[in-house]
Amino acid sequence: MSDLISSIVDNYNYLIYVTLMMIGLYAMIAKKNLVKKIVGMNIFQTAIILFYVSIGAKKDATIPIIQHGHGQGAHEITSSVIEAVEYINPLPHVLMLTAIVVSVATLGVALALAIKIYNQYETLEEDEILAQIREK
Amino acid sequence: MSQHYPALLVVIPLLSALLISIVGWLNKRLCFPIAVAALSVSTYSSVGLLLKVLDEKVIHYHLGGWAPPWGIAYRVDHLSALVLVVVSVVALLNLIATQKSVEQEFPEKIGAFYTLYVLFITGLLGIVVTGDAFNLYVLLEITSLTGYGLIAMGEDRAPLSSLNYVYMGTIGACFYLLGIGYLYISTGSLNMADISSILPDLYDSKVVLAAFVICMVGVCLKMAFFPLHGWLPNAYTYAPSAVSSLVAPLMTKVMIYVMIRLMLTVFTPEFIFSKLALSNSVVWLAVIAISMGAVLALGARNMKKMLSYVIIAEVGYMVGGAWLGNRAGMTGAVLHIANDALMTLCVFLAVGNIVYRAKGYAFEDLKGMFRKMPYTMTGLVAGALSIIGVPPTCGFFSKWYLISGGIQAGQYAFVAALVFSSLINAVLFFRIIEIGYYEPFGADHGHGSSPIRMAEAPLTMVVPLLIVAGGLVVMGVYTGDIVTNIIEPIIPLAIGN
Repeated sequence: MSDLISSIVDNYNYLIYVTLMMIGLYAMIAKKNLVKKIVGMNIFQTAIILFYVSIGAKKDATIPIIQHGHGQGAHEITSSVIEAVEYINPLPHVLMLTAIVVSVATLGVALALAIKIYNQYETLEEDEILAQIREK
Repeated sequence: MSQHYPALLVVIPLLSALLISIVGWLNKRLCFPIAVAALSVSTYSSVGLLLKVLDEKVIHYHLGGWAPPWGIAYRVDHLSALVLVVVSVVALLNLIATQKSVEQEFPEKIGAFYTLYVLFITGLLGIVVTGDAFNLYVLLEITSLTGYGLIAMGEDRAPLSSLNYVYMGTIGACFYLLGIGYLYISTGSLNMADISSILPDLYDSKVVLAAFVICMVGVCLKMAFFPLHGWLPNAYTYAPSAVSSLVAPLMTKVMIYVMIRLMLTVFTPEFIFSKLALSNSVVWLAVIAISMGAVLALGARNMKKMLSYVIIAEVGYMVGGAWLGNRAGMTGAVLHIANDALMTLCVFLAVGNIVYRAKGYAFEDLKGMFRKMPYTMTGLVAGALSIIGVPPTCGFFSKWYLISGGIQAGQYAFVAALVFSSLINAVLFFRIIEIGYYEPFGADHGHGSSPIRMAEAPLTMVVPLLIVAGGLVVMGVYTGDIVTNIIEPIIPLAIGN
């Protein structure tokens, strides 16, 4: 039992991202409203962004700028060894800047399509749209 | 100049997309020539790269001079060079062939259309040329987002189908991104060559297994591998004809390239075929994909939907061939990427020509088409013969490799599915040919109806179609050369006979 609890506590970031992902997936599958589906899609993407952000983090580490790297003490410090452990890994965070841009663009395209669908069918409920298509 | 081919390939279309969107505001007539010029540069560079790769084996290009694994590297080998040539040639031919149909279908959106068109090709070429796993994700999303926009330009149910594609495509891309995240956790690298040099020690790790499976599910969603194909038929049916003939030949094929790249370069054949022992189940899934694609195609009531289901069956061919685990199967899968792109382009261009004149793509619109549009129908028949797999068209040869690979691997169900699908394809296309050749009869008989006049599509639409149709035969005749010079070197020796 204590193993289970400690493994949950150790890996809570993964559990949170999986939970969020499943909430998003549920919204995409179960909701009938197109905008709710789009919001679900965005939650799904955000879950993965959070996953990446969490894998870059380290305990007791600071932002990846070399401490005392410039200024008066610069020439003394640069000779000493830079410990990678003291800094968080910036790469996953930088990757996520791109992924955020992608997710914003996807959200924009999806909402634009929703507007186009609303103008065409005058509703955003999927079952009503499908009923209209069947009537034709 | 020639050492910059890998960058020119992607950068020129990217910049010209910007240029087209600006010029589109000023003068719509300039959009088309700029697009042609940009894609010509891409085609020239990709052919140059193919010729160079034949001498030098592998070309590395470091963007900005940063050495990998820190910088983004472009890496071109025989496989990517072949797919680059296919993508750029198909895009250029389709661009020229569909000019009139674009002017007819949405004259007010020409600027937007060509911007998205060129960006779509930028993304596809980038996916093929890149050697960085995360870069591939970004380019994949560029391709997908422009693809959604292009498909939504259609009439009727196009926006709804496009939105469905957005949902499914986004899930697919997110899964790929998640898989790359797991790979990054276990290897600390994003460069494909670097990952594959670190991975062998980690083959027993569950994280690597999860990474592989998650990436594959994502890629399978994007390529519409059978149980995950739901978005494809409607999206390709309701898209404008110029878009169908662009997206249908390229999108799924490039995703199969990504799958083969992941299997051969990032993960090694030892991992795929010895450690995983998944190949049997994947080939069975491919069998189901091929059979279901064929059966669903029989139920379709219009040409575009029928061809969409044919594509789903063809995706099954290539996935199954790649997972057979022998040289013949892999050769068949790679060859089929090129062949299927050409023959799908051929039939979709023919359908585009028919839509241009007949304003519809239902089976009834085909009546008397052999007399009205003889050249277009010749092209359609050439594409149909290739999809059925009649020699000397190229479809026969890749199917031959796939079938012999299936027999060597002892996967008789796969062989049976291929034969079954070929027979169904024969039924499908002969039904079209029958409607086009023998009908109309009966209905207007005795009314002294005027004989059907020839009303062929414009020359700029017919000539590219006939070039593609001729290309099917040329590809078929030179299959031997293509296989020994281009495909043999990319299959690692680890994949035995």
